[in-house]
Amino acid sequence: MTLASWLREYFSPHEVIDTSAKISDEVKFTTCYMCAGRCGIKVHLKGGGIRYIEGNPDHPVNRGVICGKGASGIMQQRSPAKLKRPLKRAGERGSGEFREIEWDEAITTAVEWLSSIRATDPKKLAFFTGRDQSQSLTGYWAAQFGTPNFAAHGGFCSVNMAAAGMYTLGGSFWEFGEPDWDRTRFFMMFGVAEDHDSNPIKIALSGLRRRGAKFVSVNPVRTGYSAIADEWVGIRPGTDGLFVLAVVHELLKAEKIDLDYLGRYTNAGWLVIQAPGAGDDGLFARNEAGEPLVLEAGGSLAGGMTAGVSARLVGDAVLPDGRRAVPVFQLLAERYLDPSYAPEAVAEACGIPAATIRRLAGEMARAAFEEEIELAVGWTDWAGRRHESIRGRPVSIHAMRGISAHSNGFQTCRALHLLQILLGTIDVPGGWRYKSPHPKPTPPGPKPAGRREQIAPGKPLAGSPLGYPLSPEDLIIDAEGHPLRIDKAFSWDAPIAAHGLMHMVITNAWRGDPYPIDTLLMYMANMAWNSAMNSAETTRMLTDKDPTSGEYRIPRIIYSDAYYSEMVAYADLVLPDTTYLERWDCISLLDRPIGSPDGPADSIRQPVLAPDRDVRPFQDVLIELGARLGLPGFISPEGGPRYPGGYSDYIVNHERRPGVGPLAGWRGADGEYSGRGAPNPRQLERYVANGCFWKHELPDGQRYFKHANKDYLETAVSMGLIDKPEPVVLQLYVEPLQRFRLAAQGHGTILPPETHRERIAAYFDPLPFWYTPFEEARVDCGTFPLHALTQRPMQMYHSWHSQNAWLRQILGSNRLFLNRALGRALGLAEEDWVWLSSHHGRIRVPTRLMDGVNPDVVWTWNAIGKRAGAWNLDPDSPEFRQGFLLNHLISELLPPDGSYAHANADPITGQAAWYDLRVRVDRATAHEAGTTAPSFRKLAHPVSLGRAPAILRYFSGDDHEEQFS
Amino acid sequence: MTMLPDPRPGQKKLGLVIDLDICVGCHACATACKEWNASGHMGPLPDFNPYGNDAWGVWFNRIHSFEEGEGAGARTVYFPKSCLHCEEPACVTVCPTGASYKRAEDGIVLVNEAVCIGCRLCAWACPYGAREFDADEGVMKKCTLCIDRIYNENLAPEDRQPACVAVCPVNARHFGDLGDPHSGVSQIVAERRGGDLMAELDYKPVNKYLPPRSARMAPTQAAADDTAAPGDPESPGNRLLSWVDRLLSR
Repeated sequence: MTLASWLREYFSPHEVIDTSAKISDEVKFTTCYMCAGRCGIKVHLKGGGIRYIEGNPDHPVNRGVICGKGASGIMQQRSPAKLKRPLKRAGERGSGEFREIEWDEAITTAVEWLSSIRATDPKKLAFFTGRDQSQSLTGYWAAQFGTPNFAAHGGFCSVNMAAAGMYTLGGSFWEFGEPDWDRTRFFMMFGVAEDHDSNPIKIALSGLRRRGAKFVSVNPVRTGYSAIADEWVGIRPGTDGLFVLAVVHELLKAEKIDLDYLGRYTNAGWLVIQAPGAGDDGLFARNEAGEPLVLEAGGSLAGGMTAGVSARLVGDAVLPDGRRAVPVFQLLAERYLDPSYAPEAVAEACGIPAATIRRLAGEMARAAFEEEIELAVGWTDWAGRRHESIRGRPVSIHAMRGISAHSNGFQTCRALHLLQILLGTIDVPGGWRYKSPHPKPTPPGPKPAGRREQIAPGKPLAGSPLGYPLSPEDLIIDAEGHPLRIDKAFSWDAPIAAHGLMHMVITNAWRGDPYPIDTLLMYMANMAWNSAMNSAETTRMLTDKDPTSGEYRIPRIIYSDAYYSEMVAYADLVLPDTTYLERWDCISLLDRPIGSPDGPADSIRQPVLAPDRDVRPFQDVLIELGARLGLPGFISPEGGPRYPGGYSDYIVNHERRPGVGPLAGWRGADGEYSGRGAPNPRQLERYVANGCFWKHELPDGQRYFKHANKDYLETAVSMGLIDKPEPVVLQLYVEPLQRFRLAAQGHGTILPPETHRERIAAYFDPLPFWYTPFEEARVDCGTFPLHALTQRPMQMYHSWHSQNAWLRQILGSNRLFLNRALGRALGLAEEDWVWLSSHHGRIRVPTRLMDGVNPDVVWTWNAIGKRAGAWNLDPDSPEFRQGFLLNHLISELLPPDGSYAHANADPITGQAAWYDLRVRVDRATAHEAGTTAPSFRKLAHPVSLGRAPAILRYFSGDDHEEQFS
Repeated sequence: MTMLPDPRPGQKKLGLVIDLDICVGCHACATACKEWNASGHMGPLPDFNPYGNDAWGVWFNRIHSFEEGEGAGARTVYFPKSCLHCEEPACVTVCPTGASYKRAEDGIVLVNEAVCIGCRLCAWACPYGAREFDADEGVMKKCTLCIDRIYNENLAPEDRQPACVAVCPVNARHFGDLGDPHSGVSQIVAERRGGDLMAELDYKPVNKYLPPRSARMAPTQAAADDTAAPGDPESPGNRLLSWVDRLLSR
């Protein structure tokens, strides 16, 4: 043995490695809930703990991948902030002092409070849920209780997108539709950070880059998805509508629009009455059957839904009563060809050079008209005409919060859809496709319920609390025009508030405007912190007492959450929920489905772990409360509980309509039916055996033109997805908006109050238009020269993940990002501290400089700042000391101008306009640096939370991994 | 010092190929790595002060981000970094006990915790900062290239890849034998001109990074020729006239 080989032997000891270690004792499929994306997951269990969580490769949403949040589910399950027992408030509200109680007492207390409300005035219960994925249950429960005061969080999330889409297309971005990712050639994304659909978008963007399709990101900030775009368009916030309509202007000038598509599938040819001053001005001219009319080549009128009818694009029609009418297309072309929409006219406002706008319009036109796709698949249109192939224009768009959270978001989203329609790209190969069960009819239904005659003590609400008003008659107002819902949804403040206005509930309840309530019941909504605009003032309202009675102005608050969020401290009664791995759930077609363009789909969660604490799934508790309160939908004919097995019982056995229930898969006694069928007692077993999801694959001939595809529409009716197999006509011109506008002009019997007339007349334009966001229009832009935005980090979802030991290491505090040039102008270096001020308040924050941000914009990560004491974090955690929220700068009301106190919201939908924020930046003094302001009194911990470990040594199945200091 | 195995012809060099063209910085690879390895061959991966100030833990894979370039060519880059399993790893040769070693059979650089004395020389020697000290156990830990996955017969063959690769939502990570010029990963590297991180240091990292593709910028072209010039003289009225005889057919 040479010295060298001896040395090698000595110094190179090999260890024995078990390269085929047993991975898990058991694998359980379920659905993730680390964000709203609802990916399918496989949870590997070993030694009683979670070994790891991976994506389900067969799942239609995520196809096997998982994101940074989903792969950290272990730490969500181990969070020391998990509530352990029901709590009853012991100290003052907001102190965090509680008495632990038994479930019996918790339920009895809730029943006592709620039964007296129901017996006297059911609307005095306001029930609002947060990122609730069981809205078909919670909404049904509210209606059975009899209160109209129900909504989830959509009012501050995406109702502008949902409403604009539903009134225009019968579908919408994200949940009701998506780009044809595999075929699109030109993809433009507006204002998307890690919003929603996160894994599908990531999978898709990767595919686009591999295929060489062009990806343009229109976003003030160049991070995340924008970082890999072929082109980043760093637009000025709130001007997207202007940019899009300038593109429309260019396309119209160049005649790069799909006239054939417009004729067949839209209302472009329908005649609009031109009779200024008349009560039907701006409505469609209709025949006696109510069918909109078109102008034929010879000048005669014909029914606009007659198959094969030819309609003129432009031209004056004379109606039988002698009045004039013109086609929608003519109004549209006149408006957008106006020089005010020319690229030069909008370039400065948008911060985008005119040449860039013109080029992008050109690229879109080229992809649409020179790269047309033809699939050799036959299909039959709504009129029974057979087509031997499917043609498509491969231009697609996706948009989300960056459009939605502005006070011009509804009309901006409408503008996006208008552009999509003009290019002939809706539900075509390469375009944007409906996700079944969409499309739904345009205009959409049902209408909301909640008017006086629809509410009665001890009775269910006569309808659904949320819906789609089509005219002033559908508003939820009293005879004087005053709101009847606590959030003023469906009133003249926000006539098309299809998702409610959760962001106004606490303010309105505190003011007693339109009336005081008795109990606020909330579920997983952190309204005392990051989910509220004006957080500090919101907590003051929650704790404010009437000096005469000494009672809280919001008398009772019941809250359900799985974790010790800031909101828990403001509740009188806390109903501790389970984690997402500990319960049954269903992602229902009746609610927010996970359907795909190739067919409807739904899914479930099943308990993967048994809770190790005295907590119950909120849905089980709600169903029990329903039975104890005697709500008709929750009691059996004999008066006992209708769903004694809790939510899983309800999921299987509840029928909304005969044969239609929460889950569409494996219905019928033997699981033989999809969509419609009798309840199947073994339905959940079938789901579990299939990886906890169901999907129906549409035949090739039903996958496109679903809005006008006879076979698809008939399939959809047979499955219970829609009621009638009628074509869905794309609404370039949205007539229901004009009905509200006519009321504002004094027509009809239901008129907006004087305070609202001008506003309704201005914004309820049946054709999309752009206007300056309200806050920008009202504040002095010299004093507040900058826009301030937040975006969601890819590895965090709202406030949920600062309690996650792994995720908070990645982002435990945030910075205010400024453009480097702006930083230079303000004399700022990296990590300098500044005061950020708005018309409403100011906060002190640390900064960081970057290049990839619009020079007029500052931004930060959303919901990183926490309140000391919450989430069972140490009081010296960076989330409290260096983390911050922009929420303190955002008012829930517009800056006062002496007129009516309007919400800081879109005037049509009431969507919270938290991206309208205008700010200024001033350097903080040296002695102010180091901690963020404002800071808040530390919340006390409920005793049962226990201590957080000083060292965490997670190893699945090992019970001794934690060390306490 | 610890000796490296003698290089052999056809030496297997298992490693990762990371595509900077499509990484969006989502951290899925980082947390999936943490998750798998927490209960894996080198687990646990402790987290210190996990719910307080200065929380920090052992992570084998971390994501960095930075901006580069100026003007239209400027971009934001997300840069995932883990052990690069160098062909000539200083972290191995510097090890006084043989705890740090490179496997002859596949080139994976590992730490034998049983003989690691926690001196941290390897961490000093590694120019990439890819070593992670477990201050709780007093031993060095690092990326194992998921050695307990890639050969694991309890996994389906398609799952026998590192957790960071299996999880990546944008498919920006690839795993394979970079010693075999015909392997999938070698072909991607050749085609995309993948390169070494800090090649000038000559540690010959096995992991490769694929550079961003150049952006697909179309030549400046408007919707149509007649719109190319600003200030089009045509009025909306004239434009409408051109549609007067056009018909839409339902």
